[in-house]
Formats: sequence, structure tokens, C-alpha cells
Amino acid sequence: MSTPCFFSISLGALFLWLFMKAAKSATSGVPGPLQNFCEIMVDFVDTQVKDSFHGRNPVIAPLALTIFVWVFLWNAMDLVPVDLLPSIAGLFGIHYLRSVPSTDLNSTFGMSISVLLLVYYYSIKVKGPVHFAMEVLTHPFGKWLMPFNLLLRIVEDLAKPISLGLRLFGNLYAGELIFILIALLPWWIQFTLGWPWAVFHILVITLQAFIFMVLTIVYLSMAHEDH
Amino acid sequence: MNFNATLIGQMITFGLLVLFTMKYVWPPIIQAMQDRQKRIADGLASAERGVHEQELAQAKAAQMLKEAKQQAADIVAQANKRANEIIEQSKLDARVEGSRQLAAAQAEIEQEVNRAREQLRGQVVNLAVAGAGKILKREVDEAANAAMLDDLVAQL
Repeated sequence: MSTPCFFSISLGALFLWLFMKAAKSATSGVPGPLQNFCEIMVDFVDTQVKDSFHGRNPVIAPLALTIFVWVFLWNAMDLVPVDLLPSIAGLFGIHYLRSVPSTDLNSTFGMSISVLLLVYYYSIKVKGPVHFAMEVLTHPFGKWLMPFNLLLRIVEDLAKPISLGLRLFGNLYAGELIFILIALLPWWIQFTLGWPWAVFHILVITLQAFIFMVLTIVYLSMAHEDH
Repeated sequence: MNFNATLIGQMITFGLLVLFTMKYVWPPIIQAMQDRQKRIADGLASAERGVHEQELAQAKAAQMLKEAKQQAADIVAQANKRANEIIEQSKLDARVEGSRQLAAAQAEIEQEVNRAREQLRGQVVNLAVAGAGKILKREVDEAANAAMLDDLVAQL
């Protein structure tokens, strides 16, 4: 098992455990700190879904919540000192460790391709196979330019997962790279560059998780609507 | 990869980041969470209060209803009593009036009887006088006998 995979699964489990714990002890009275936090997250995601998704689908909001929190946790690993976890792993004889799952293309593309599959699944389910095929073949230039329509559609649908996956990967990989470059400086000067970059990254990791979630909602929303 | 000075530098950076987070990132989030918690608590409390107030109002309404019913019952009872009184009173009045009219009738009857008796008396006197006149077949001094006859009439 590759190390990003290990961290990815661990962080996913952390998310599930945390929210399950909150859900199990949920009360309709005054919420405790954990439940309060989870409610804020659910509220936030739910607002986003309500704003951009107008169909009826019980999967969208939980999916969006999972993506947001999971990607956020992936990205948050970026704030851990770059050499800390590899050094600890080195003690146990693991000499190659990448701790940020979103700096691994497999993680980001795994998620974006899953989103694409969901888009197809709901497109066909909501519109029906015939209608969906018609849309693929006749949109946007009408039935006389079928091949072009098909080509355009293929490009469009390829662009979705690639842009989703590469955006997340690119941002986090670049961030991690900068951290690694900063780590090459003498140790007593590192914080002058490392600290602003880390502070800036608090914004980046949240923003990237948010963008991934919103785009997922938008793509799935498009799958539910006629062009 | 082995431990080296780079790691120390990274740890310093991380420590500064944690400090920054503690000072500028954490408090607003905690504040928001506490506000939300407080809002929920307040909302629940006011809901509770509302329920309580409603219960009170209901109890009050029930109390008022009961009082009104009691009052209505009192009024009805009073009215009944008054009605009975009036009936009794009119019965009494009727009885009094009846006996009064009875007495008047009796008095009239008595009067009539007396008058008839007087008339009868007069006629008896005439009859007696006529009878006596026929028996005697002679002139009688009416004036001399009148006193005697009156005496006779009084005895009848």
C-alpha cells in the first residue's frame, strides 16, 4: 500500500469516526462542542448544495460533505512539517513517505473520476438513456453535426475530471514543493519564509477543498438539468 | 531520511504557525461556535418559556371558564329562587284576593237576604194588616195598632 493511500484512508476514517460519533450522540437540545462543529459543517455544505443544486437527490449533500471534509483533511496534512512524518517513518525503516494525499495524482484523480462516474450515472438515470444519447449527439450544433457534437462532448467530459484533479493536485503539490524548497534553507532562517507560506496555506487548503466540493455540486447539478 | 537541523527549522515554523492559529484563527471559530450554541440554547429556552406561558394561560382560561360557569349557575339558581318566590307571592295574593272577593260576595248575599227579608217583612205586615182587617170587618184605628204591629214586625 502506497503511503498517500494509507494517509488518505486514515483521514477518511478519522472523518467518518468523528461525524459518526457526533451523529450517534446527537441531541435535539443544546449541542455539545463536537455536535455543534459537525452541525456547522453540515449546515455550511447544505447551504452550498441548496444554492447551486435545484434537483432532488439525497446523495448530493452527503457526497459534498464527504468531499469537503476529506479533501480538507488531505490538504491539512500539508501544514505538518514536511520532514516530520518521513523522519518518523525513517525510524521504522520506511524510506519513502508522502504524507499529503492530495499531492498524489492517484488520490485527486481517484476522486475526480468518481465524480465523473456519478455525473454519468445520474445523467442517464434522470434523463433516460435515449434522451441522454440525444443530448450527447445533438447538443450544441443540432443533428447535422453529430460527430462534432460527440467530439465536443468527449472533450467537455474529459475536461471535468482533469481540471478537478489537476487543480487540487497542482495547488497542493506546488505548496508542498515550496515547503520542501524552504526546508533546504539554513534551519534558523526557515521560519521567515515558512511561516507566511504556512499561514497562507490555511487559506489555500480550505479554498481548494471548497472549490472541489462546489464544482462537484455544479457538475452533478448539470447532470440533472437539460442543457 | 534522517533527523537533521532542517527538521528543527520546520518545527520552529510549525510552532509559529500553531501560535498564529491559536491567536488569530481559533478564537473567531470558537466564538462563532459559542454564539451558535448560545443561540440554540436561547431558542430552546424561549420555546420552553413559551410552552410554560401557554400552559399558564390555558390554566387561567380553564379557571375563568369554571368561574363563569359557577356564576352562571348561581344566576340561574337565583332566578329560579326568585321565580319561585314570585309564584308563591302571586299564589298568596290570589288566595287573599279570592277570600276578599268571597267575603264581598258573602256580604252582598247577606245584604240581599236582608233586603229580601225586609221586603218580606213589609209584605207580611201588609198581609197581616189585610188579614186582620178582614177578620175584624170593621174600622180599625190604624194609628192605634201601628205601634203594636211594628212590635210584631220586629219580632219576626
